[in-house]
Amino acid sequence: MTDSPVDKLARATPQPVARRVRGLSDRAIAWIFVAPTIFLLLAVNIFPLIWTIRLSFTNFRANRPNREVEWVGLRNYERILTDSDIWLTMQATAHFLFWTILLQVLIGFTIAWLINRNFKGSAFWTTVIVLPMMLSPAVVGNFWTFLYQPQIGLFNYAVSFFTGVDPSSFSMIGSVNLAPWSIIIVDTWMWTPFVMLICLAGLRSIPDSIYEAAEVDRASPWRQFWTITVPMVLPFLMLAVLFRGIENFKMFDLVVQLTGGGPGSITELTSINLKREAFEKWRTGYASAYAIILFVTVFGLASIYVKALNKVKER
Amino acid sequence: MTTTKTLLGATALTAVASLTAPAAGAEELTLCWAAWDPANALVELSKEFEEQSGNTMNFEFVPWPNFADRMLNELNSGGQLCDLLIGDSQWIGGGAENGHYVQLNEFFDAEGISMDDFAPATVYAYSTWPKGSPNYYALPAMGDANGWFYRKDWFTDPEIMAAYTEETGEELREPQSQRELMQIAKFFQGREIDGQTRYGASIFTERGSEGITMGATGALYAFGFKYENEPGSYDMEGAVNSAEAIEGLEFYKELYECCTPPGYTDSYMEQSLDAFKSGQVAMAMNWFAFFPGLHADPDIGGDKIDFFVNPPQNVAASTLGGQGISVVAYSDKKDAALDYIKWFAQPDVQAKWWALGGYSAHNSVLNDPGFEASAPFAGDFLVAMDGVQDFWQEPAYAELLLAMQKRLHDYIVADQGTAEEALNKLIEDWQETFEDEGKL
Repeated sequence: MTDSPVDKLARATPQPVARRVRGLSDRAIAWIFVAPTIFLLLAVNIFPLIWTIRLSFTNFRANRPNREVEWVGLRNYERILTDSDIWLTMQATAHFLFWTILLQVLIGFTIAWLINRNFKGSAFWTTVIVLPMMLSPAVVGNFWTFLYQPQIGLFNYAVSFFTGVDPSSFSMIGSVNLAPWSIIIVDTWMWTPFVMLICLAGLRSIPDSIYEAAEVDRASPWRQFWTITVPMVLPFLMLAVLFRGIENFKMFDLVVQLTGGGPGSITELTSINLKREAFEKWRTGYASAYAIILFVTVFGLASIYVKALNKVKER
Repeated sequence: MTTTKTLLGATALTAVASLTAPAAGAEELTLCWAAWDPANALVELSKEFEEQSGNTMNFEFVPWPNFADRMLNELNSGGQLCDLLIGDSQWIGGGAENGHYVQLNEFFDAEGISMDDFAPATVYAYSTWPKGSPNYYALPAMGDANGWFYRKDWFTDPEIMAAYTEETGEELREPQSQRELMQIAKFFQGREIDGQTRYGASIFTERGSEGITMGATGALYAFGFKYENEPGSYDMEGAVNSAEAIEGLEFYKELYECCTPPGYTDSYMEQSLDAFKSGQVAMAMNWFAFFPGLHADPDIGGDKIDFFVNPPQNVAASTLGGQGISVVAYSDKKDAALDYIKWFAQPDVQAKWWALGGYSAHNSVLNDPGFEASAPFAGDFLVAMDGVQDFWQEPAYAELLLAMQKRLHDYIVADQGTAEEALNKLIEDWQETFEDEGKL
């Protein structure tokens, strides 16, 4: 019988230590290995969460460490949930989420479907299409502000070229009606490739044999699309929606660079509003309650969505 | 032999070290301020301090839109980046109450620095907390106010003057009232001059930091806006939303709508300067701090430009800018930092400060018989500083400012609600803040 490496190690270890190592159960050793990770997780995730929950019931301000901290109960939550301005930012966020996801799914799926036809140069076009998502959101936000500039912006000139409208007669990021769409257009431009890539993975995972069998059964391309392509890509699409939904719920950099939340507060998404409360107004307790409300909202919605996703996958 | 060589080497090293190292006790000081024209002048000025003291000056200049965010975070975190800070006037309350700034009374007394030597408006605004008390947390460093400049070459062009008179029945001149300013801006809006479309005025509309508040208060103060019915009472009903304040806010919105370049929805200092320098606008508002640079500009400066104080309407008033210089309480080089302030307070240094493009607040400079003639905007500066009004300087200033930014931008740029509603909501926001502060 050959010695195992552990036995060799135990023999080479001085007697008292070896006895102790031999005395450890597998479970104990497992805990030793896992403990640092658990400690790290508790330190950087769980503890701040618990601390945030605690702060949310106080009037604490991080810029006034010497001020007495008062326990205010549910006052912060009550203020937030009854503040019409906060509901407006929620509406702005919902509008942004709905339209970006809808457009990105529709355009992304269409592009993926076209790319999947494997035409000549499809690999090249795939590379070109994914370029926007490789850029920094801050950079994208900055250069789109120039594109949207009424006097020198390319976007306004393109609109003018196709519609005949005077380019300096409208401002995408300065108009109350257009500003919400200006951020939707940029986010869609930037992140549609991401949805496209996920859809492409889904489309390429469908075995050709299924389409061949459908053709033998004389199913039309339209029927093949609705009964094979869409159901088999749906879990991928739903995953893309989940990723984009979570990302856009916390959207900050792109919109700050583009509109700064304006004009007025028309494009002030919840993340921007939260940042102002926490790190500009320094209402730490209030902002903690705000963050908890957002966390519960996202967590709740994501949980429901993941359950639906699992059901779709099981089908 | 080896010992001799070693000794020679050590001697040489010591000699080199003594020649290159700063004087004994010399420190490396970091001065923090906004990144703008006067900051460059201060770098130049500070070379004299370096020569005299042996200390080395480092500078941390942050662009204006991020200045407050960056520096207040630095102070709130007890950071040691800055030994000296030229902080905005509104920070003085927070700087004093939160222990960020060193109180300078004892130092001033010990060094014979008298606040009577500085313009009273600047001492009140930049140095004292509580307001008007003899508790000093800064030395007035840079006097400033929001003023105006215009294309003098257009205003004196006979054709343009005749067209203006024909259109309005009045003479084209520096506006004497807010209403006249708008009339002139309307005249220039969309007008073709030298083959290009020009616009009336560039004004502050920025949302993110303090822009629209600093711009709109120029009109609000001139119409008669007040923060409180009685100073220190926090009684805002009827003051913030007075008939004059509503009229002033409506005026600023109309000025924005009628007379600014297209897409001018989020503009502050830089954008105002750009609009003027690129020849888009006939008039522009900005801080006096930029005026020396504008006057020296080879394209639009010299004879082509002139300056005027924010025109009155019911009241002669200008929005206060400018800053005091403070010693940061978290610095471990406070003595050297205080040495800098002592040096900076000297009349001859203040005279050089003005000559280099900084706005001295020292009486010896301002009261000099040659001061008004020393620059085309010097006289306007004196007039403006006589009527300056400032935003709240409370410790909760950031919260108060952000509320005003939101309410003004919502009304002026986003066209939401009425002026009265905007001001009523502003009172609610401010009352909530003061309640949280325990002041109401």
